[in-house]
Amino acid sequence: MATVKIPPVLRPAVSGKSEVEVEGATVGEVLNGLAGRHPETRGQLFADDGELNRFVNIYVNDEDVRVQQGLETGVASGDTVVILPAMAGGGACASAP
Amino acid sequence: MSTQTPARSGQQLIKEARARLEELDPAQVNEILQHARSNGNADQAPVILDVREQQEFEQGYIPGAVHVPRGHLETRIEQAVPDRSRRVIAYCSTQNRSALAAQTMMDHLGYDDVAVMTGGFTLWKDRGYDFERPIAFTPEQRERYSRHLLIPEVGLKGQQKLLESKVLLIGAGGLGSPAALYLAAAGVGTLGIVDNDEVDLSNLQRQVIHNSERIGEPKVESAKRTIEALNPDVNVIPHATRLNADNVLDLIRDYDVIVDGADNFPTRYLLNDAAVRERKPVVHASILGFDGQLTTFVPYEGPCYRCLYPQPPPAELAPSCGANGVLGVLPGIMGLLQANEVIKLIIEAGEPLVGRLLLFEALSTQFTQLRVRRDAEGCPTCGDGVDLEHTEFEDYEALCAAAG
Repeated sequence: MATVKIPPVLRPAVSGKSEVEVEGATVGEVLNGLAGRHPETRGQLFADDGELNRFVNIYVNDEDVRVQQGLETGVASGDTVVILPAMAGGGACASAP
Repeated sequence: MSTQTPARSGQQLIKEARARLEELDPAQVNEILQHARSNGNADQAPVILDVREQQEFEQGYIPGAVHVPRGHLETRIEQAVPDRSRRVIAYCSTQNRSALAAQTMMDHLGYDDVAVMTGGFTLWKDRGYDFERPIAFTPEQRERYSRHLLIPEVGLKGQQKLLESKVLLIGAGGLGSPAALYLAAAGVGTLGIVDNDEVDLSNLQRQVIHNSERIGEPKVESAKRTIEALNPDVNVIPHATRLNADNVLDLIRDYDVIVDGADNFPTRYLLNDAAVRERKPVVHASILGFDGQLTTFVPYEGPCYRCLYPQPPPAELAPSCGANGVLGVLPGIMGLLQANEVIKLIIEAGEPLVGRLLLFEALSTQFTQLRVRRDAEGCPTCGDGVDLEHTEFEDYEALCAAAG
């Protein structure tokens, strides 16, 4: 059981929670498990080809999975998986004031 | 029961102290100094300790010397030289006070190895060796910055660095307001502020550098007025403009550190490109709701913004504070943490957040750190072999629009 930390922008899709426990032996399994339970998160995490979206970063125990084994990165019980999208602040991307 | 040691004259006291101490000629101390400089292992070299009064120190001191006036020796030496096993070479103007200080340190304060320099600073100068002088602080400045001057990591030298530094703030909004206020209070000598907006009532829930009387005024002018009233030492340079590809290089060139308080992705990517190209450190923060992120980008030493976020999210995954709200204290907290990073970079103390991303959750009051690495192979901005000088800036508005 890993703890997945949900960023603010995804919380509406997981009933407002900031942390969710998910089973899985790899990052791919954990995130797919999350998307299975909360389908609205799938499009935000995964591209159409099943790979992680480039604009979202995933960390297992504080280390980016891209410098580990990507979606194959191992997840042990008790590990923390952080989903981290970029935040800009005041104005939205396409409509900078 | 009291035991009285026989009364001695001051001269005898000093003579006895000197007889027990190892004495070094200024030539030997100078050699130690040069050696430490060329080896770059300043933290293992002996500490050179100046025990003279403040006014004497300000007329000139041995480069790198730690200053603890003899009158404050017992109360300040442990903070100034925490490692009691480290070798210390004490000096004063000739050799009396240094001998007494060295004796006190070894006999009563647990220091293992304190030597003295014969002839003191007087002989050092006569021999023509290098010395440094701090800038002349007015009595008012010494009072204003007294709490800084008391901290060994700041002191006269650190405060001088602050007064001589130039920091550029991108945005005088949620993040820029607290950062600017505290950097001004700290005595950063030049503060440039880039913001094209006017003060709005809805800003006042968090943008504390402005106030109700400034509604409708340009933010840079409002910020300038607040700062001038807080600290007249600070020169505020207002740039009432938006950062764009045409002005970014000229804007950032004259500054030492940049505070990223921007409110949109294209600006952040553009700033990153320009800062990496000009090798300017950027202290970056972003906020939403109850959550904040903070890191310090030092070009080529750690990752850049593009290493961290190679691609912007589509618009529906990039909510704005305007649409979704933000807890007022959150940019206050993150902006102050930004100011902390800036100050550490300027006074060269502590560990800035290079290669570390700090996440703050205000609701649970939790801090998390993630490791961020430079993508030397693939980053289009700071990757190996990327030549920024001969390429135009990318069209980031288009990049962001395409993401949506």
